[in-house]
Amino acid sequence: MSPALTIGIEGIGVWSPEFPDWPVARAALGEGAKAAVDPAARPPAAILPAGERRRAPESVLIAVEAAQQACAMARRDPGDLAHVFASACGDIAINDYLCATLARAPNEVSPTKFHNSVHNAPAGYWTIASGCMRASTAVSAGVACFGAGLFEATVRARVESEPVLLVASDVAACGPLRDVIPSRRAFAVALVLAPQSPRALARLHMQAGEVASAPPLLHASANGNPAAACLPLLAALARREPGRLQMAAGPAFSLDMEISF
Amino acid sequence: MLYFRAVIDLLARLSAEFAPLAVTAHTVTCAAGRGRAALARALAERKSGLRENDLVEYPLPCWIGRVGGIEDSPLPSAWAAWESRNHRLAWMALNTDGFHDRATAAIERYGASRVALILGTSTSSIGETEYAYRTLDADGRFMVAQRERRVHETHALGAFVQQALGVHGPCLTIATACSSSAKVFASAQRLLHAGFADAAIVGGVDTLCGSVLYGFNALELVSPEPCRPFDADRHGLSLGEAAGFALLENGQVDKSAPRLVGCGESADAYHMSAPHPQGLGAERALREALTRAGLRAQDVDYINLHGTASRQNDEVEAALIARLFPVTTTASSTKGWTGHTLGAAGIVEACITMLAIERGFAPGTLNARVLDPACGPQIRIVNTSRSVRVALSNSFGFGGNNCCLAFAAGDA
Repeated sequence: MSPALTIGIEGIGVWSPEFPDWPVARAALGEGAKAAVDPAARPPAAILPAGERRRAPESVLIAVEAAQQACAMARRDPGDLAHVFASACGDIAINDYLCATLARAPNEVSPTKFHNSVHNAPAGYWTIASGCMRASTAVSAGVACFGAGLFEATVRARVESEPVLLVASDVAACGPLRDVIPSRRAFAVALVLAPQSPRALARLHMQAGEVASAPPLLHASANGNPAAACLPLLAALARREPGRLQMAAGPAFSLDMEISF
Repeated sequence: MLYFRAVIDLLARLSAEFAPLAVTAHTVTCAAGRGRAALARALAERKSGLRENDLVEYPLPCWIGRVGGIEDSPLPSAWAAWESRNHRLAWMALNTDGFHDRATAAIERYGASRVALILGTSTSSIGETEYAYRTLDADGRFMVAQRERRVHETHALGAFVQQALGVHGPCLTIATACSSSAKVFASAQRLLHAGFADAAIVGGVDTLCGSVLYGFNALELVSPEPCRPFDADRHGLSLGEAAGFALLENGQVDKSAPRLVGCGESADAYHMSAPHPQGLGAERALREALTRAGLRAQDVDYINLHGTASRQNDEVEAALIARLFPVTTTASSTKGWTGHTLGAAGIVEACITMLAIERGFAPGTLNARVLDPACGPQIRIVNTSRSVRVALSNSFGFGGNNCCLAFAAGDA
């Protein structure tokens, strides 16, 4: 039996074409307010220097925007926080570009697109923008990315007795990859997690453990985006309703969590 | 600078000190050899695994560290949906040095849900996705067989090995470019320390593919000749492929096994593809690993350097080692044997570091002829027979992502 894990949530950030920030998401998820979907919306990601903001791919912008919102809400300096960036697919548009270019004219691969293709590009841009030199991790766990990232970040926060920033994000699939990656829209969420925090807005009491098998990869993504697996948790936070929910953190591994305020 | 040091020292003091873990099994398959004995022999005989690029799909004039035989080693038919060069190499490595049996025994001993699986990769099975793009159907879609493959995402590696071994505990794929499979040790150490697993299988797999060959080439980082780490006249890196695994357990389980004594992780916060010019991020990771291990620089016998043979990496890393370590420390890059295996470099070099401890032997720097003036006396071209009780392994990746691992000899 694994030990119980308790963690406070100090800050929340969200970005999608529907939710430009947590207040809009909270009103929609908590009170049923209508959120207008803006397919052309672009996250401000104001922490990035202007040049980088122009050049950065969407995968970076959405993750950085959510991260910045969560740090501001938590009143934490982004430069101080160890962080875990979770994503099922990384930058699908860049992978589509790379594979298509390699099939056509391999010598034309763009060096900038190549270095932006690494799974840790959002984390890398985040450290450059925030000046953060702390431990910086980028992880993947298929459709269970949010839960697995939450587990990794919470274990770090508990073991190191310090706040940790968690970001989970995925962009929409494009090109031939649409057939194998069922992500249909961009979505990013960020949480500042802190152990024993007096200013936490909510607390999660989690029990991690084995459960009956669930599909391990993306074929069963229920929410149109792997990172959007956080929505039941965000809805509970929006309603400020104590309760329980189960969050997949792997094909046969899940977090049984009790939410309190 | 002084303020920066003070902050590091404070952070280090506040950081948890973890009990050393026993590395009860480890294996590596790379261009220089399949398995520990073959790799140790290649190191001792200074026999490089690099060859002229002979990948017909990617005819770039350069040298590569290709693992022979992957093409003729399909996965067991039950796992046909996972077929990819990366998963074939993973499977080859699992079935080397008896690692599969050791992992299975640990799973039986502790229970499948008490064994964590943390793997690192940079490009996972993207070589298979590249193939799917070369063979699109008339509608511009993947062929049906490719649509059914479970290979087109980063976590394919973790998911495949999880299936292959039957582990049900925490499972994660870390993808921080070339530090990926060093950071797996740090994550595993936290999980064991906090009681979320009794053992961890860690490792990393990366295979040669068009993305990395032409991507690094576009960045003008690929050498036309076999890479020459730390040579004054080096011309860039040689790409390679590799897979490796290690089994981590409580230090009391096997007191004679090499120990993982400390990990340090940091970010440069500087540039996506160039290292910090003063190596501040790398220094931070190195100091954190030493502090967590309760070691001083003068305790370190051997350092396996990142040493890619890129102009910038080697200059910055050489200066860092010259600045921090005494002449009694021996340091080298082993990428002249293996090539730069990217997301697998962490596990490959962790295993070489443990071989150095187990065999009383510090490999030199193959292919280097005249060392860069930035190198101090620590960096050696030749192999050295010496006692290695404490050793470090450096791994640095794109995005300015750094990890340093500290290992120590078990009790004799």
